[in-house]
Amino acid sequence: MLIVDAKVEEIIELENQIFLIKILSPEIANNIKPGQFVNLRVSESTYPLLRRPFSVCDVEGDFIYLMFNVLGEGTKTLANKRNGDPLDILGPLGNGFNYEGSYETAVIVAGGLGSAPFSYLTRKIGKSKKVLSFVGGKTFREVITHGMNNILTATDDGSLGFKGNVVELLNENINLLNSKVIKIFGCGPNAMLRSLSSFCIKNNFECEISTECAMACGFGICQGCPVESTKDKDKYLLVCKDGPVFNIKDIIL
Amino acid sequence: MSNIDLSVQVGTLKFRNPVLLASGTVGYGNEMSEFVDLNKIGGIVTKSLSLKPRKGNPPQRIVETASGMLNAIGLANVGVEVFLKEKIPFLKKFDVPLICNIAASTIEEYVECARILTEEEAINAFEINVSCPNVKEGGLQFGNDISAVGKITNKVKSVTKKPVIIKLSPNVSNIADFAKVVKDEGGDAVSAINTLVGTAFDINTRKPKIKNVTGGLSGPAIKPVALAKVLEIKKTVDIPIIGIGGIMNWKDVVEFMIVGASAVQLGTLNFINPSAATKIIEYLEKYCLDKGIEKISSVTGSYQI
Repeated sequence: MLIVDAKVEEIIELENQIFLIKILSPEIANNIKPGQFVNLRVSESTYPLLRRPFSVCDVEGDFIYLMFNVLGEGTKTLANKRNGDPLDILGPLGNGFNYEGSYETAVIVAGGLGSAPFSYLTRKIGKSKKVLSFVGGKTFREVITHGMNNILTATDDGSLGFKGNVVELLNENINLLNSKVIKIFGCGPNAMLRSLSSFCIKNNFECEISTECAMACGFGICQGCPVESTKDKDKYLLVCKDGPVFNIKDIIL
Repeated sequence: MSNIDLSVQVGTLKFRNPVLLASGTVGYGNEMSEFVDLNKIGGIVTKSLSLKPRKGNPPQRIVETASGMLNAIGLANVGVEVFLKEKIPFLKKFDVPLICNIAASTIEEYVECARILTEEEAINAFEINVSCPNVKEGGLQFGNDISAVGKITNKVKSVTKKPVIIKLSPNVSNIADFAKVVKDEGGDAVSAINTLVGTAFDINTRKPKIKNVTGGLSGPAIKPVALAKVLEIKKTVDIPIIGIGGIMNWKDVVEFMIVGASAVQLGTLNFINPSAATKIIEYLEKYCLDKGIEKISSVTGSYQI
């Protein structure tokens, strides 16, 4: 956990208003794991005031990549950065995916911008396991497959791949999943994660998900990002410190 | 090394410099210690402690607003017992004054917390939170009630010899009256201000952006209000003041001291730049050097109106 002065190397527009920012930061690049995140200060001024959290999308040498869409002032400011601009980064933060283990096939399930952490996860898994990726979005524009392999897609409107949501697509392919020892890695909107949770419980699949929540600090002091625990009803877990990656059985979505 | 004296005194409490870390923005010290040398800062104010652990409010707890943020954490904390058992040992490793912030739902609970905590040698003083806007019982209900604030001050003082600081609410029409009752009832100092009650709504869903509907506004947006409240107290009541509210840099610290603060607390800034305190202390020394100020304490209340 460090605060570092990094530099914008390049901003790439992947799709309409979905960006990939490449940042030079050896300290972060050499230490961050898939599923962990960084908290970026996008401006020196007091508006936007707080840092913005982004899970790491990929790492190449001394560079990290973050994926974002323009939603509010913070991401608008970020999208307008120029090559060479300084960036104040706090990270690496939180717990990443446990992708090592005795399973054979990693099954990635991503909805919309939930694809963000999976480029790096796919890279890190490399050839050690098989990887199968299920990617969904409202329309083909929101299906982001950046850096992923062996992809099946789903869209709500049927404009690309299977017509329906990504968990329905998983269910369609249940035979494919049942024939292997798998571990599921999910990220996406809460509604998707809720139905992924039911799916995993019903089929007894091991699953880790990356969650998100509004937060201020990113390292446990503001207490702004609580999530209900299945194990202890008297205490919230914190997305920033206990997560953002959780075993899907450990939290109530 | 310069000969600048950065030390300040708040009643009988001595701090090596005027920069303290505010309750709720430093946890119990462990996370912050990765970013800032706790041996170098003026002091730490713990997250509010209640007699029993509190779960806090459901999400969403925070939202950013123009140059500020709203929070409704709901005093989530580990409770007095766990604090003493699990959190104090870590804090004891540092040579830094420790102020324990206490929050409660009843006057009796404040007293009981102070009675238990006062036995712990590592605690140097208490800050009593009578002004949390985010809990149904206690909190602001006390902060707006001048006789309750007086009674809490008096009763807490009766169970501890340690200095008692009352953290005042800005959500009152005359904050100096509250500072006066604190002084009359034996309180050692006041800290001002806690957060301002605010809210924010989503124009599409028409729902509040935080679950609690209202939250406490903090950050640079509230600094002018905080400065005015500190000045009001300074002009009316002879009691030491710890200034809080939207400090972002060393200049803000100097401004708070000019209007009457003997020391200050950094709050929201710790979320954005957890190592800020170190730089601020360095720059305060430089400021004194540049201005020919030998003792930074001489800046307190030096306004020219």
